[in-house]
Amino acid sequence: MIPRFLADRALKDPVASRRGFLLGAAAVTGGLMIGFAPRSAKAQAPAGRNPFAGYIRIGTDNTVTIFSAHMDMGQGIYHGIATLVNEELMADWAQIRVEGGWGNPGLYGNVGWGGTVQGTGGSTGTPSSFDRYRKAGAAARLMLVQAAAQEWNVPAAEIEVEKGMLRHKARYMSFGNVVARAAALPVPQEVPLKRPEDWIYIGKDRPILRKYDSLAKSTGRQNFTIDVRLPGLLTAVMIHPPRFGAKVRQFDATRAKAMRGVVDVVQVPRGVAVVADNMWRALKAREAVTVEWDESGAETRSTAEIMAAYHALAKQPGKAVATDIGNVGSAFASAAKVLEATFEFPYLAHAALEPMNAIARIENGRVEVWGGHQMPDVYQAIAAGIAGVTPDKVTLHVMKTGGGFGRRAVIDGDVIAEAVAVSKAIGGRPVRVQWTREDDMRAGRYRPAYVHYLKAGLDAAGNIVGWQNHIVGQSIVSGTPFEAGMVKNGVDVTSVEGASELPYAFPNMRVELTTTTTGVPVLWWRAVGSTHTAYAVETFLDELAVAAGKDPVAFRLDLLKDHPRHAAVLKLAAEKAGWDQPLPPGRFRGVALAESFDTIVAEIAEISVEGNQPKVHRVTCALDCGIAVNPDNVRAQMEGSVGFGLGAILKSRITLDQGRVVEGNFDGYEVLRIDEMPMVDVHILPSTEAPTGVGEPGVPPIGPAVANAYFAATKRRIRALPFNRPENS
Amino acid sequence: MIRFSVNGQQQELDLETDMPLLWALRDGIGLTGTKYGCGQALCGACTVLVDGQPTRSCQVKLLDVAGRQITTIEGASGKVAEVVQQAWARLDVPQCGYCQSGQVLAAISLLTENRRPTDADIDAALSGNLCRCATYPRIRAAVHEAARALA
Ligand code: FES
Ligand code: FES
Repeated sequence: MIPRFLADRALKDPVASRRGFLLGAAAVTGGLMIGFAPRSAKAQAPAGRNPFAGYIRIGTDNTVTIFSAHMDMGQGIYHGIATLVNEELMADWAQIRVEGGWGNPGLYGNVGWGGTVQGTGGSTGTPSSFDRYRKAGAAARLMLVQAAAQEWNVPAAEIEVEKGMLRHKARYMSFGNVVARAAALPVPQEVPLKRPEDWIYIGKDRPILRKYDSLAKSTGRQNFTIDVRLPGLLTAVMIHPPRFGAKVRQFDATRAKAMRGVVDVVQVPRGVAVVADNMWRALKAREAVTVEWDESGAETRSTAEIMAAYHALAKQPGKAVATDIGNVGSAFASAAKVLEATFEFPYLAHAALEPMNAIARIENGRVEVWGGHQMPDVYQAIAAGIAGVTPDKVTLHVMKTGGGFGRRAVIDGDVIAEAVAVSKAIGGRPVRVQWTREDDMRAGRYRPAYVHYLKAGLDAAGNIVGWQNHIVGQSIVSGTPFEAGMVKNGVDVTSVEGASELPYAFPNMRVELTTTTTGVPVLWWRAVGSTHTAYAVETFLDELAVAAGKDPVAFRLDLLKDHPRHAAVLKLAAEKAGWDQPLPPGRFRGVALAESFDTIVAEIAEISVEGNQPKVHRVTCALDCGIAVNPDNVRAQMEGSVGFGLGAILKSRITLDQGRVVEGNFDGYEVLRIDEMPMVDVHILPSTEAPTGVGEPGVPPIGPAVANAYFAATKRRIRALPFNRPENS
Repeated sequence: MIRFSVNGQQQELDLETDMPLLWALRDGIGLTGTKYGCGQALCGACTVLVDGQPTRSCQVKLLDVAGRQITTIEGASGKVAEVVQQAWARLDVPQCGYCQSGQVLAAISLLTENRRPTDADIDAALSGNLCRCATYPRIRAAVHEAARALA
């Protein structure tokens, strides 16, 4: 059913916000603003706090501003949403700009999360936007056409729209000429959308549709939070606790305060902020501050200790059961062969290239916050709480960020809360809290560390008769507002996703979870649970294939009889990689398949071994993401995911030494460099299904594909990551 | 008072002589195209050209650039810069874009010296420039495309 379409006026009145209004010309300097009413089921969504919220604003100057419900951290969602809008609107591509929308969950609520909270994550951006942004574009076009029909006094049906111009026979008019008239029209209640066969942008590649921000990003003109300039803007660097959970007892900033450019040194909830007129002076002054910490509640264990405890727990029965099909116990008892394996996964930092930052200013009872607002409603409320104002007094500036990978989807506001607290402590002056790389890397919010213990039984014919997996590690969502929805029967879905439900037909299957607690803060990290579950599942499956004497692709295809989409993806990857073709001497292949966030990806890695490490030459990636809205961006995300995931499994880990994070920069925490990047061929399965996300699902298969190739080369199974840790050599 | 030239313009900055060039460019002159990523010569985000040589501006103190010619991404110009930036845009190299000022300057410097770089040449010249979005395959492709345009 098509929801009612309404252009959206100032949403100050909660009743008005529920019904939606046409935006008056005055409110947006003579433009047309298109939103549409939230569906009645979402009426409990908080009233809009941003009177200028909408999906599209068309100005009298012909600019088309699209307000994205999702933040762009490099995954390309602004481009995707612009594509969806313009498929229906038919503006000239050069007219379009995209900004981050905020402050109206009725408009921007994430459909994949239930629609009442705006947020970016879980590869939901495209699926959540697919219908509503096309509909918004179509409604806008319809209104423009009607206005033009009135202006020219001709039937609307005779008016065509192309490249931002309205045309009737030989007469042309730009959008800007009729927006005032269009804004006064009733909003169409139903708008027909184009048929897929008529699409000219969706599913099409460059050069038809180039990313509108690529040139800005190639010429240094793209501004990030670190680049924002404001009159009187100060810089704060933080002194965070040396161990998670430590608190400031007292500090001495006498020397620092006397240094050039230092404005103040203030205590905020998580530590001490050194505020100066520029970054370098703040950094130098930070060295002159001494802090005494209360470490009574701090985490003081080393990761070696934490992991040893996990290994012990993994051999015990799990505390919660995520999956229980048939009876694995009797399956193992009757199996011809039983295999076991224990895997260890380290903590991982996101290490986005722009270190975490945010800017806050409090002036005349109003708060402004610049940052990577991945959960805007939440941050608006947090900023309001700290500043002591109501949320409607908080304005957000949604910045593009230099990467993210999950790090900015912080439920407690994190650096944003810090910036508001610092601004408040210095009388509301504008201040950018800028973490250094070391601050960023040592601030926690890691991909949790896990141990997995797997066991499987094969019958005499090499069929899997039982499969058991016990996962031990921290919960990402416990203690957060997400807990209610994401922890079921003691199982945090983010701990077991990619393990608890598999496309493979196992007659007996049991997945258990033991959730641990440590003082180390954890968070979602690109592809979340599947970053570890897929590695354990897909390498163990490879072991079973070898034990059964079967080809790894054929072995999987046998198990995928009930999942034709998965089978098709795997077949496509195998065909494109030349799985059946012999390899040159010294080259080896491995395969892995993983579904995450409803997108199915298979990757085949071709490697050689240098020293004792894999050198990955080529990765063939096949995927099914439903309709690929921007195929080239899908490819870009797969390439990027391969590189991101590969760096992590080969080299990255965060360790603690008596509670202190050891790695602080890219020397200790190594990530992939260009000379380690394989060629990546991406093959998108043609589909007419609704689109699913692509920002994350390329990550999970790369680790196990490389590990399986490494086994083919060396007969060694790498079960503790990363590859380059000393015990693997 | 330190004097040096940035993108062809003389600068006289009354800043501490031990201030890294990176922060002088960003906070002193307001040229924010040069990015901070690590502060330790480990990522390449802060790459600028000092007398034409790619240099990590986070590791160069103001004292050491007295009298030198600095080119930042904002001042990248000439035939090589043009074809490199066009190739970058044409292939949609950037994802988040944060590393790309450094990548582009490193590529300009490579192509200025080597008009027909191989993949191995590119990897060697750019291995100090991290891209967390792993746009590496497109960086290679764009350097080759720029090389073709220069041929
Ligand atoms: S900031 Fe200079 S190399 Fe990273
Ligand atoms: S494009 Fe994001 S770090 Fe390179």
